[in-house]
Amino acid sequence: MDTIIYLIQNMLPVATPLLLVALGGMFSERSGVVNIALEGIMLFGAFFGCLTVYFIDGTTLNPQIILVIGMLIAALAGILYSMLLSFAAVNMKADQTISGTALNMFIPAVILLFCKMKFNSDGITNHVKFFVKEVPGLSKIPILGPLFFEKTYITVYIGIVLLVISIIIFYKTRFGLRLRACGEHPHAADSVGINVYLMRHSGVAISGFLGGIGGFFYSVGIMDGNVNGHTGVAGFGFLALAVMIFGQWKPLQIFFAALFFAFLRTLAYSVALIPFLSSLNIDQTFYKMLPYVATMLVLIFTSKKSRAPKAEGIPYDKSKR
Amino acid sequence: MRNSTFSPKLKSQASMLMKSKGMASLAAALLAIALGLIVGFFVMLIASPESAFNGFTTMLFGGLGRLGDVFYFATPILMTGLSVGFAFKMGLFNIGASGQYTFGMFFALYAGFMWELPPGIHWIVCILAGMVGGMLWGFIPGLLKATLNVHEVITSIMLNYIGMYLVDMFIINNAKMYVPNMTRTAYLPSSAQIPSLGVPNSNVNLSIILAIAIAIILFVVLNKTTFGYELKATGYNKHASKYAGMSDTKNTILTMIIAGGLSGLGGAFAILAPSAIAGSSMTYEPINVIAANGFNGIAVALLGSSNPIGIIFSALFISHLGRGGSLVSAFYGYKPEIIDIVIAVIIYFSAFAMLMSVAVGKLFRKRNRGEVVRGPNASLTNHVKGKNENKEA
Repeated sequence: MDTIIYLIQNMLPVATPLLLVALGGMFSERSGVVNIALEGIMLFGAFFGCLTVYFIDGTTLNPQIILVIGMLIAALAGILYSMLLSFAAVNMKADQTISGTALNMFIPAVILLFCKMKFNSDGITNHVKFFVKEVPGLSKIPILGPLFFEKTYITVYIGIVLLVISIIIFYKTRFGLRLRACGEHPHAADSVGINVYLMRHSGVAISGFLGGIGGFFYSVGIMDGNVNGHTGVAGFGFLALAVMIFGQWKPLQIFFAALFFAFLRTLAYSVALIPFLSSLNIDQTFYKMLPYVATMLVLIFTSKKSRAPKAEGIPYDKSKR
Repeated sequence: MRNSTFSPKLKSQASMLMKSKGMASLAAALLAIALGLIVGFFVMLIASPESAFNGFTTMLFGGLGRLGDVFYFATPILMTGLSVGFAFKMGLFNIGASGQYTFGMFFALYAGFMWELPPGIHWIVCILAGMVGGMLWGFIPGLLKATLNVHEVITSIMLNYIGMYLVDMFIINNAKMYVPNMTRTAYLPSSAQIPSLGVPNSNVNLSIILAIAIAIILFVVLNKTTFGYELKATGYNKHASKYAGMSDTKNTILTMIIAGGLSGLGGAFAILAPSAIAGSSMTYEPINVIAANGFNGIAVALLGSSNPIGIIFSALFISHLGRGGSLVSAFYGYKPEIIDIVIAVIIYFSAFAMLMSVAVGKLFRKRNRGEVVRGPNASLTNHVKGKNENKEA
């Protein structure tokens, strides 16, 4: 039982960034823009979030308030960075995969350059204690208390709130309906007066917002508030893409897919604590590969019947009907 | 502007040249490079304004004094660039060049350390082993794409990580290859090293000549064989080529195997090189980092607009920039990451530079309307269209 509680406590902060970034990818792709730049957007958000934390650390602010401020800056940074993608993809009608790759390559170099010049290191190191030992009151609930309200980060709760908001925007608003129309049949959407370019810009901007926050939450929940130009976000942006495909571009399914991947990763990193697995004496490397191998297997089993947005990746051109 | 003083014949020839496809992609590449360099200059201005101008000129021309090194560092990225470019021709984005490169490097190392062979043959066997390693790692995404329609970008990214972890594990667990207190691989036996070209103070070796020869062979394959034709046809329009009876499944798998083999060769060329210190060779440090040469290959392929001959020059150019960058960091204290930023900016702009050059061409055409041949220009826009459309599937 203790092992299960431990695994779930550790899984949730890992699942949150995956969930948010995959939701971001969903908004972008359902509007018709392939967002392979999620990795870069995450790192950009994480960098600015951590930089903010670095500057306001030492003031008398409560660590959780610092986290929220960092999150807002990260979200803003993510939006700005994602605009580079939507400018290339929507206005310049460029190949979306290539411009996304360029954005992914750009930011690690910027972080390394900046941190080497300013801190003489490969990244930013923070010492703020974001960790929540227990949520007063709620942690006393039997079973649920230790599972969800002990030894965690508030990122988990913010993540759930953002998931609910995303579902509402996606399915219950006029904006969500229009966005989805632009990813399926932009010409039809255009013919009834929807501004396809604007919708695609918004889709990418939302993915920047969620991607930036997701990146910062990765720094908080997995890296203890640090960011590093060499390791970056360890392929989480790409894993999030796989989570999105596994979740079939639908918010709730993405949520469960994110939990599944986070569970595998947590398992991989806590082998030593689980007597059964550590007695098997398998090289640690195999566990580290587990999330990536699982992604491949999942894609192999789901790709045949996967339903990607129809107009995804095709630049919209009014004159081509 | 009174252009009409020129003889009409000369003028129409010049405009034909301006609008040919090769010229357009050259112009696009130059435009992207110029924009990338401008950004690099601004970064230098911000970092330390007083030596920005000297730093910038060193970055641009510093490599000329070290041509041997330029050629040496160009070899691996020339191979990964060919790999990415070759797959591009078929509409596949081989972002997995990095994993294939690492796997090729491991196979070459394994053959170098574990097999005892006579001196003249050993290094050739090692190179071939590297090629096989890369082919293996390219085969997997090709097979999955062709049979199960799994997107090659995601699978090859996953394979980059899996390959990196596997190779690092294999090397650390192998007592003959790995020197624990150096946390690096040992020096390769001299029989496994590629013969040096003997340029003083440089690691340049025979592999650059092999790499250029391979690029020329690829150019011939793409332009003069049925396979190359089918490949390009599938890249332009998947459905039409299928209708014409070309096997999409076979060509996809074959393309990825070849692309993987090219990257694997890149890894073998990089690791089998003798170093400038007598008796030593290149070593590999297994620290769980994905090989950067694979991603630089994407830049090289895009700059060379996926043309094998263009890729030779773009690999030399990127390598030249890299040498300049290391000189800049040695003399003026700039960090070498500036070059990575410049390369990323170049890729970003080259993604839509083709369209920019079309727009510039249109502007040019408006001036002397009426005298322009329509043909080549229409084929150019079609080409761009085709590129966008093949993403549909």
